[in-house]
Amino acid sequence: MLAVIGAKSVEDLFSPIPAQLRAKSFNLPAGVSEFELTAIMRAKAAAGGAEIVPFIGGGLYDHVIPAAVDHLSGRAEFYTAYTPYQPECAQGTLQALYEYQTAICRLTGMEASNASLYDGGTAVAEAALMSLRITGRNAVVLDASVNPLHREIVCGYLAGVSAQVAEVAPDGCGSDLERLLGSIGPETAAVIVQNPNFFGSVQDFSQLAAKAHEQGALLIVSCYPIALGLVKSPGEMGADIVVGDGQSLGNTLSFGGPYFGFITTRKRYIRNLPGRIVGETVDKQGRRGYVLTLQAREQHIKRHKATSNICSNQSLCALRGLIFAAALGKKGFEDLAALNLDKAQYAKSLLCGIKGVSVLNAGATFNEFTLALPKEAASVVEALLGSGVAAGVPLGGYYAGMDNALVVTVTEKRTKAEIDRLATLLEEALCN
Amino acid sequence: MQLIYEKSVPGRSGVRIPLSDVPKAAPLPEGLRRGQPAAFPEVSELDLVRHYTNLSRRNFSVDTNFYPLGSCTMKYNAKIMENVGALFAGCHPMLALIPGGEQLVQGPLSLVHGLEQQLAEITGMDEVTTQPLAGAHGEMTGIMVIAAYHKARGENRKYVIVPDSSHGTNPASAAMAGYEIITIPTAPYGDMDLDAYRAAMNGEVAAVMMTCPNTLGLFNPHVAEICAIAHEAGALTYYDGANLNAILGKVRPGDVGFDVIHVNLHKTFGTPHGGGGPGSGPVGVKKGLIPYLPTPRVVKKADGSFGVEAHPEGIGRVSDFFGNFGIMARAFAYITLLGGEGLVEVSGQAVLNANYMMARLKGEYELPFDTTCMHECVFSASRQLKEGVHAIDIAKYLIDRGYHPPTVYFPLNVKEAIMIEPTETESKQTMDGFIEVMLEAARMARTNPEALHEAPVTTPVGRLDETRAARAQQVCCE
Repeated sequence: MLAVIGAKSVEDLFSPIPAQLRAKSFNLPAGVSEFELTAIMRAKAAAGGAEIVPFIGGGLYDHVIPAAVDHLSGRAEFYTAYTPYQPECAQGTLQALYEYQTAICRLTGMEASNASLYDGGTAVAEAALMSLRITGRNAVVLDASVNPLHREIVCGYLAGVSAQVAEVAPDGCGSDLERLLGSIGPETAAVIVQNPNFFGSVQDFSQLAAKAHEQGALLIVSCYPIALGLVKSPGEMGADIVVGDGQSLGNTLSFGGPYFGFITTRKRYIRNLPGRIVGETVDKQGRRGYVLTLQAREQHIKRHKATSNICSNQSLCALRGLIFAAALGKKGFEDLAALNLDKAQYAKSLLCGIKGVSVLNAGATFNEFTLALPKEAASVVEALLGSGVAAGVPLGGYYAGMDNALVVTVTEKRTKAEIDRLATLLEEALCN
Repeated sequence: MQLIYEKSVPGRSGVRIPLSDVPKAAPLPEGLRRGQPAAFPEVSELDLVRHYTNLSRRNFSVDTNFYPLGSCTMKYNAKIMENVGALFAGCHPMLALIPGGEQLVQGPLSLVHGLEQQLAEITGMDEVTTQPLAGAHGEMTGIMVIAAYHKARGENRKYVIVPDSSHGTNPASAAMAGYEIITIPTAPYGDMDLDAYRAAMNGEVAAVMMTCPNTLGLFNPHVAEICAIAHEAGALTYYDGANLNAILGKVRPGDVGFDVIHVNLHKTFGTPHGGGGPGSGPVGVKKGLIPYLPTPRVVKKADGSFGVEAHPEGIGRVSDFFGNFGIMARAFAYITLLGGEGLVEVSGQAVLNANYMMARLKGEYELPFDTTCMHECVFSASRQLKEGVHAIDIAKYLIDRGYHPPTVYFPLNVKEAIMIEPTETESKQTMDGFIEVMLEAARMARTNPEALHEAPVTTPVGRLDETRAARAQQVCCE
């Protein structure tokens, strides 16, 4: 090969690099075999807390994953391909993403979806930016009962483009609908809410949507896909943009990723969507096929005028979400949601039977709820970790005056025995 | 092929939901209940498996086809990385943020910290954040860090400079961080026009973003000077790590004078591309910029344990937790597996392969910049165009011959561009097979151009009508 090139050595090929620019250090250990590597990685994974029984959610949930999800998404033809730039040899990915877009539209009750975003938090931020583009306005009203981690991301993204964020404190554990409405001004592009919210409360935002529209503002709803097995969809409520984290749809927790974010909207706003979109078309012989479409929105064409800088999606994670939805099917998905509700309701009544403990959510909840404890929640959670149980997410660090509040999550995977043990441990911890 | 929805039969299901061991709950209040269940497909597990297995067979992939997609670094990803990446499936990241939880996730935290250290050494940076979820996300994070730095110094700089050969994400990311863009043309020698750059640089410029080697696969020998010019004007320098594979162990952007870098773990560090993601785009910075990194930071404490700390002066949070951990775990494994010497071999072999490809094809294809390339080479189909054959026709013919096409029509500053990146993992035999077909396509352009226009004919669908797709806007089935 060197002879064909006309070079004496591989090192010769690096001669365009001036000597003074060469690496000053490259101090990395010697390589290992895959067997040693496995031992190193197993040791790290073993100290990963996977044995803890999680009653924590906070946007990420421990759900069942049918075996077929791993096997099918593990097909190398899916996971070692890249962006479907050449559609004729990427119909597998493209059709799967089209099916994904369909599934997410049906789930959220909306008309158009992109091929996925990075994660739930960045999806909320992208939705906020999208609302600025649609309305030509420069501010959003953000319900503080939206996931605090997501709110931080929204604020960062919006500060980047010098847009204003007005946060509205919740009313107890629910959205303060009156104050949200009252905060809409002439520059408000959208009101952003979450359902169920960070406290677990489920609400109907239909009135909010209608009234926001009267003032020319959009409604953005961030939602938890499993809850939509039972809960009124954002589409039914009149939302304009719907986002969420797709982790709970067939993606493992994996210490924070990879997951996928989803975003859906009304068809009239499709050109304002960020990221890749797959569309249906035909070839010369009239055979149906799929391509990346409406690319004139995107960075590789529009550069700094693009709808977003995003140039990838979370294709493989979205594929997992699709296979998960298809494996469970219409009824299975609803049944799964119902089982979450059953388990959480059981836990809720059991836990609020403990002396001094009460539920803070005024209305309905799905698989998460907020408890008021008779003492600081953080110390209780820490104590229970010692017994192998993560009792919930204490709200002290996130909301002023809520040091005693604890958000408890109960998915279908928690057994009655685990819930009963949580109640016993909690009672003990509160007595001490 | 039918859609999965078209295979749906009412009442069919592939999965049994776990039995309930608790009493049935009261239903949600009526006003909160969904009208109709989401119309997901109703199929058996076998229907499901056949559908997606057969769909997968309609893809070209690295494991099935040579995939020299320029600028994307489609190297082979060793299978062990999939095994070790999956080990962390059950680790809940929220544990790291609840009181007392840190102690229970020391393994994953040590991995985050370890990867940050590896990447800092590889790139010559002082600290790294793994939060950004993709390359473009890293760019945006990096530019936000730069914006925070200037702001803290009481400076309100307005512009970011990018060369016209840059990836579209560079200007798009800088725009998302609030900057206006100054684009510098490419000089006849293939690099950013140094005089035009010098003229554009002033006290209102926040940063210059460079990809080096650039998208033509050329190493810019003036890169240190470019950094110095920026620094003199108080601007910072951003290194787009898209092409880091070319210089692993040879050049460290931090040594050259870059202040901020993002790396694409899915390109350089052997994690699969997933059909378009997930990726991962950690960002490294020099000392003066550490305060502005996103929150939280994973820190090593005095007792050797790892903790999660808020980073109050930083730009806030750019993703929920510590980044795409599953991808980071694979990259950590890749670096650990190869070690320092292995990584140096990576860049050597990648550059050797690209130069071999260039030497073998330049007789038939126009090479706009005939000089030693780095990890990729960029041809133009301008000679073939005289016969009415475009780069896209050659690309489609390659598909018929079982090769994934190179990147075409990028970079934008080369007409009819064909950008080939073989990567270090391909053998001479594989490349020779590809080269023969490329030479055959060049011959056919002269003798039978029509056949190239008709390609591909072996795929499930032929060339698709993209205009119709854009007009119809059918993005989900009814």
